Amino acid sequence: MHTPAILSVLGEDRVGIVAAISRVLADSGTNIEDIRQTIISGIFSMTMLVTVDEERTPFDELQRRLTEVGEEIGQQVTLQREDVFRYMHRI
Amino acid sequence: MLNISPEEIVETLLMITQQNLDIRTVTLGLSLEECADEDISRMSEKMVRTVVSRAEKLVPVCEAIGAEYGIPIVNRRIAVTPMAQLAAACPDNDLTPLATALDRAADEIGVDFVGGFSALVHKGTGDADARLIGSIPSALASTERVCASVNVASTRSGINMDAVLRMAEVISETAEATAERDSFGCGKLVVFCNMVEDNPFMAGAMHGPGEPDAVVNVGISGPGVVRAVVSALPDDADLTAVAEAIKATAFKITRAGELIAREAARRLGVQMGIVDLSLAPTPAAGDSVAEIIEAIGVKRCGGPGTTTALALLNDAVKKGGAMGTSSIGGLSGAFIPVSEDAGMVRAVNEGALTLEKLEAMTSVCSVGLDMIVIPGDTPVETIGAVISDACAIGVVNNKTTATRLIPARGKSVGEIVEYGGLFGTAPVMSVNEWAGTRLMRRGGRFPAPLSSLRN
Repeated sequence: MHTPAILSVLGEDRVGIVAAISRVLADSGTNIEDIRQTIISGIFSMTMLVTVDEERTPFDELQRRLTEVGEEIGQQVTLQREDVFRYMHRI
Repeated sequence: MLNISPEEIVETLLMITQQNLDIRTVTLGLSLEECADEDISRMSEKMVRTVVSRAEKLVPVCEAIGAEYGIPIVNRRIAVTPMAQLAAACPDNDLTPLATALDRAADEIGVDFVGGFSALVHKGTGDADARLIGSIPSALASTERVCASVNVASTRSGINMDAVLRMAEVISETAEATAERDSFGCGKLVVFCNMVEDNPFMAGAMHGPGEPDAVVNVGISGPGVVRAVVSALPDDADLTAVAEAIKATAFKITRAGELIAREAARRLGVQMGIVDLSLAPTPAAGDSVAEIIEAIGVKRCGGPGTTTALALLNDAVKKGGAMGTSSIGGLSGAFIPVSEDAGMVRAVNEGALTLEKLEAMTSVCSVGLDMIVIPGDTPVETIGAVISDACAIGVVNNKTTATRLIPARGKSVGEIVEYGGLFGTAPVMSVNEWAGTRLMRRGGRFPAPLSSLRN
């Protein structure tokens, strides 16, 4: 099952954030469909639209790995199914 | 392509992480009619088996959905067929074993509460109803998770005043039976006018006779989100702008509820019932309906202007919510429980909020006289008269009103009672001593109002 999800990363800017997150995604078979990234007053903010291959990596397992790597690089990483945003912000 | 803007993503994350957005409850309604049996032990066993087999997936499903969508589901609950309906099959006077069975089933599947130790007596009290009502004090004293509710009035039939006085006695007996826990049993007992069949919120949830065998009902939350939105408006924003901002926020909150309800129903393999648009406060800082009223512009909740602000809030939530789901149901009105809302508690402590003002607020929102601690020695006629006033508002205005009063044994006005968790902390409030004692002793039925004749 391929599940669209939104990945958001928030924290202090530093070297290697995109690399660390992308590595977890690649290793888990998660495809990146779109990326937006900005830095506001030194705060790194990135949102990604990804497709999770749940047959290869279950959703909760990917969440666990991302939280783990987020802690290592000092970022708050959240993975949520995409439809929650579509439901809340689109009629 | 990412068709959601980063700002919208951040807004949703802030709602969850800083403004207490959550789904207050996913409540699985279950019909237990098939469990009726003349032998109460056999009936109890059947009830446990039925609840456990039909609801065993509820907690894991809610946990998975909460994690995947990133929106916490605070409570997982069960609502069952009103027990008085089942109790008609057995001759026992003490129906406590049925409550114990529900408690055991709830414990086994790990749900927070089970509602439905209930009877509907608005037009008259049947034999099984009377036995169930008589068993409430012992049922609530001997169980942890069972909630009781009794409907004593409706717009179609008026107020059963004998039942109101009887419920006042039952509240008093429950207070006595749970005296060592500051009469906490009364926090699990609601007296209703115009009770609804699909309410997902406790303590008044039950699974009505018009419902399918199993159904998922969801109660949204979000006072913290609404308060943050209102607080962010400029001081000179007019009330139309305030209503508009609340409406837009209510839409988003309701959509989250709708999504969770659909997904929970799908994964549990049962029908989706309703989304209840009630704003339900918690004792957490900022998650307060009183603070929304204050953010709209009342100095302290309970002061003049409170009813206006609450009416505006309640109406705007419904308008936004109505766009968010086609399955509105349950109570769908702001809750104003005193002990569960830190802003309400502060307003009472500062002398701004009284029982009389809460009664006025009841007329423009849902379930007004809720989680109110009163002195332990309040006479039953006075308790009954407070309940009948709430019923009169509901009957005449064709709306649900509910009363959850706690006459805390050994406590007097100004003392603080702590229940913990979602039930919170409350000061003992004073009750007007000029009660309609003789009115209550007259008994009989308050006739249905003319407005009930709508055909």
